[in-house]
Amino acid sequence: MNQLRRTFLKLSGAALAVGAGLLKSGAALAATWNKAAFESKAVADALKNLGAPNLIESKDITITAPDIAENGAVVPIAVTSKIPNTQSISIIAEKNPFPLSSTFDIANGAEGYVSTRIKMGETSNVRAVVKADGKFYTAAKEVKITIGGCG
Amino acid sequence: MAEPMKIRATLQVDTADVRILMLHPMETGQRKDAKGAIVPMHFIQSVVVTHNGKNVLDAQWSQAISRNPFLGLRVKGARAGDKISVTWTDNKGDKRTDEVAVAAQS
Repeated sequence: MNQLRRTFLKLSGAALAVGAGLLKSGAALAATWNKAAFESKAVADALKNLGAPNLIESKDITITAPDIAENGAVVPIAVTSKIPNTQSISIIAEKNPFPLSSTFDIANGAEGYVSTRIKMGETSNVRAVVKADGKFYTAAKEVKITIGGCG
Repeated sequence: MAEPMKIRATLQVDTADVRILMLHPMETGQRKDAKGAIVPMHFIQSVVVTHNGKNVLDAQWSQAISRNPFLGLRVKGARAGDKISVTWTDNKGDKRTDEVAVAAQS
């Protein structure tokens, strides 16, 4: 009986250790994941947390998105940046509860192009923020939403 | 374990057009179930795309990416047969990696 209890204790100890390991790897992930920027509720805060408080309007950024999206749960967005040395592209839906939707770091020969699908709560500007040579450029396009996709 | 991704990589002259479709619920943490309880957040936080082992795209996502996420990118200097590998990690620590070879222009 006692023997059983001992095995049990040992096992639960091991389980605890595994649990702790999981927590640790979670923390490591959070370090690379820009929590502050993603949890910002205002566009200005999100930009600040991205390290991009000052933006330069640019015509070299093209946002391909529908003028009217019927379903806010699936809004196709493509961003093309013709700015040389584009390092990253971020997509911001300005009136979403958490405006920053995604950041894409580009390296090793990938073109300044990403395409994805985002959720939008209501009609608002979709803003692309492009980092190139340490400077931040931006462009925006309004997307009208018929049915919001955050609920 | 997570469902496999659908990845298509097609060569267009010297650029690989990569399209990835992942299967994931992408819960925002704002939706309520039939009983009125909030469905907890569950979304892909990080996606890494490599071309022959070198990182080409490192994406950080929030819950605002649509359910069953789509991701498209273009990799310059690719050749037919090159390996494109995609790994995602969600906020619960779940992971999935899939790999395809770049298909020649048809």
